[in-house]
Amino acid sequence: MKILTANRLSDGIAVWYADGGWAETVNHADLAHDKAAEDRLEAIGAKAYAANEVVDVNLIDAEVVNGVVEPVRLRERIRAAGPTIRSDLGKQAAKAA
Amino acid sequence: MYRYDEFDHDFVQARVAEFSDQVQRRLSGEITEDQFRPLRLMNGVYLQLHAYMLRIAVPYGTLNGKQLRMLGHIARKYDKGYGHFTTRQNIQFNWPALSDIPAILADLASVEMHAIQTSGNCIRNVTADHFAGAAADEVADPRPYAEILRQWSSVHPEFSFLPRKFKIAVTGAARDRAAIQTHDIGLHLKKNAAGELGFAVYIGGGQGRTPMVARKIRDFLPEADLLSYCTAILRVYNLYGRRDNKYKARIKILVHETGVEEITRQVEAEWQELKDAELKLPEADIRAIEAYFAPPALAERPEGDQAVKLARLDSKGFSEWLDQNVVTHRHPDYAAVTISLKGIGEVPGDASDSQMEAIADIAETYAFDELRVSHEQNLILPHVARADLKAVYDALVGIGLATANSNLISDIIACPGLDYCALATARSIPIAQEISRRFASLERQREIGELKLKISGCINACGHHHVGHIGILGVEKKGSELYQVTLGGSADENTSVGEIIGRGFSSEEITDAIEQIVETYLGLRLDPQEKFIDAYRRVGPAPFKEALYAGEAKAA
Repeated sequence: MKILTANRLSDGIAVWYADGGWAETVNHADLAHDKAAEDRLEAIGAKAYAANEVVDVNLIDAEVVNGVVEPVRLRERIRAAGPTIRSDLGKQAAKAA
Repeated sequence: MYRYDEFDHDFVQARVAEFSDQVQRRLSGEITEDQFRPLRLMNGVYLQLHAYMLRIAVPYGTLNGKQLRMLGHIARKYDKGYGHFTTRQNIQFNWPALSDIPAILADLASVEMHAIQTSGNCIRNVTADHFAGAAADEVADPRPYAEILRQWSSVHPEFSFLPRKFKIAVTGAARDRAAIQTHDIGLHLKKNAAGELGFAVYIGGGQGRTPMVARKIRDFLPEADLLSYCTAILRVYNLYGRRDNKYKARIKILVHETGVEEITRQVEAEWQELKDAELKLPEADIRAIEAYFAPPALAERPEGDQAVKLARLDSKGFSEWLDQNVVTHRHPDYAAVTISLKGIGEVPGDASDSQMEAIADIAETYAFDELRVSHEQNLILPHVARADLKAVYDALVGIGLATANSNLISDIIACPGLDYCALATARSIPIAQEISRRFASLERQREIGELKLKISGCINACGHHHVGHIGILGVEKKGSELYQVTLGGSADENTSVGEIIGRGFSSEEITDAIEQIVETYLGLRLDPQEKFIDAYRRVGPAPFKEALYAGEAKAA
C-alpha cells in the first residue's frame, strides 16, 4: 500500500494527502491499494507541486495498524512522529498534549 | 574581533533584501521550486525531514555576546526554543518557516551575521582553532587569515560554481585542533627560520564516502602569497575537478587520481602566473585585518592562583571541571574554558534559547565578550581570568552546562542523523545519548582518559566518524539501523582514518560493543598515561576484534 506525502511550501511541515486535502498527520492518509490508485495519488501530488502548495512530493509504503495508517520505513515513521529524542516536538507533541 | 566595515554592511543588507524578494516570489508562486532551490541553498536554507533548516555562518567560530543572544532570540521567536551547533562551527535551526526566514535574516544582519555560503558548491565558512588568540602554543592568531579568506571567497565570481563544496581550515599551532588535514585546503600558520609568518599548505583532505588525509604540497608559503596560492589551487580544481559524478567531485579525488606530485606541479605553475600580481597581500592590509583581532587588554590578575586553590578545596565539582574543561592561556593569569554542550544523556551540540542568553551574559561579564564555537560542538570562552573561574563555573552550573567531560568519551560528536536529516540512513543522537549514559560516571571517564568518539548517521560523515578514535557509522540494512565501528581514526596533527573493525551492530548491541572496546583498551594499555589512540596504534585491531567477535567464531 502507498500513501502520498510532501512538505508544505510555506513552512516546510510534513503533510500527507487525506480526504481531498493535505493533513498534518498521517493517520488517515488516503491509501492506494493498486497501481491505478497510486497513479491517481501521484497525479494529485504533481498538481499540488505545480500549484506551489507542497514540495518534495513522494509516494511511500504504508500499512494499517489498529485501524490507522502508519508508514513502513523508519525514516517515514520519524517524519510522521517527530524526532525520536524529543517527544515534545513534531506531530507526536500534539498527541502527547 | 572582526567588525563589519561599510562594504560588509551593504553586502549583507543587499543580500537580505534580495533573498526576501526571492522568498516572496516563491511563496506567491512566481518562481518554481526548481528555480528557487539553488537560491535558497545559497542562503543556507535546506529542506529536512520535518521542516526547513536554516544554517547560519559563524565565521571561524567567533561570536560575541550580542550575537549569541540574537541566536537565542531567533530560537525562541521563530524556532522551537533551541539551536544546534555543528562540526563546521556553525549553528542550525531545525524548524523555521520559509515565510519567517526573511525576518530571521534581517535580525541576523542587525548583529553582523548571515547565512551566505553555508551551502552550495562554493567556498564554505572558513574554520579555525577554537582556542585561536588564546592558546599558549600558537605562533599567531590564525583568524585574520581566515577573515582574509572569507572576504576573498564571498561571492567570488570564479569560485561560486565549483565542481563541489570547498572547505578551508586554519590552525596557528603545531598541535592541530582545527582538523586541517580533513579539509580541502588545510593551512598551518607557522614561522620560518627568519621568524617570518607563512603556511604549510595541505590539500585534498576530506571525509564522506571516500575519506582521505590531506597531502602537504608546500612546507612554507609566505603570508603575502595566501590568496594567490589558494587561487592557484582553486583554479586547478575548478578546471580539472570532476563534474560528471557528484561522489567523485571533491578535490580529494582529483589529488588522488592526478597524484600529489603532478597536482603540486600544476598548482605551482598556475601560481607563477599569479604570485606577483594584484592578489599579493600588502603588508599593511594584513596588519589592518590583524588589528581587528587584537586580543582584549588582559590586566594582571595574579590573585587567580590563590582564588583557584581555595575554590578547589571548597568544591570537588569545580576542581574536576578545572582539570577537564579549562586549558592554559598564553597569559598566566588567564585560562580558556570549554562549555560542554554534551551533558550526560543530552543531545550533542544543542543549546536552548535561555542557555544561549545566559552564556552571552557570562561572556560579557567574565570573558571580554568573546565566544567560540568548536568543531567538536562545544562553546568556548577563550579569555577568562583565573580569578573569575569559580564565578563562571557557578554560573554554568546554574544553567546545567558544567559537565566536566571535555575530550572524554561522553564528549561525543554526533550529526543530527535520521532524527532530522533527509540524507541520513540511521539515527546518531540516541546512540550518543545511550553511550553517554552508559559512561555517565565522570570518575570512570577520567580513568579511561582522552577518547574521541564520533558518530555519523550516513556515509557523508558529518559526524566525523572516520577520524574518531572510535567511530560509529549508522547505515540502513534490511530496513533496520546497523552501526559499523571504526577504530584508530584521529583528526589532529597525526591525522588518520579509522579502520572498520568487523561486522556492524544493531542499535541494541552497539553500546555494549563500545564498552567492550573500552574495557579491552583498559586491559592492554601500558599505563594510565597511554591514551586509547596510542594504545591502538601500538597493538592494532587484533585484540579488539578478538574481544568483539571471538565468541561468534567459536560458536560457528
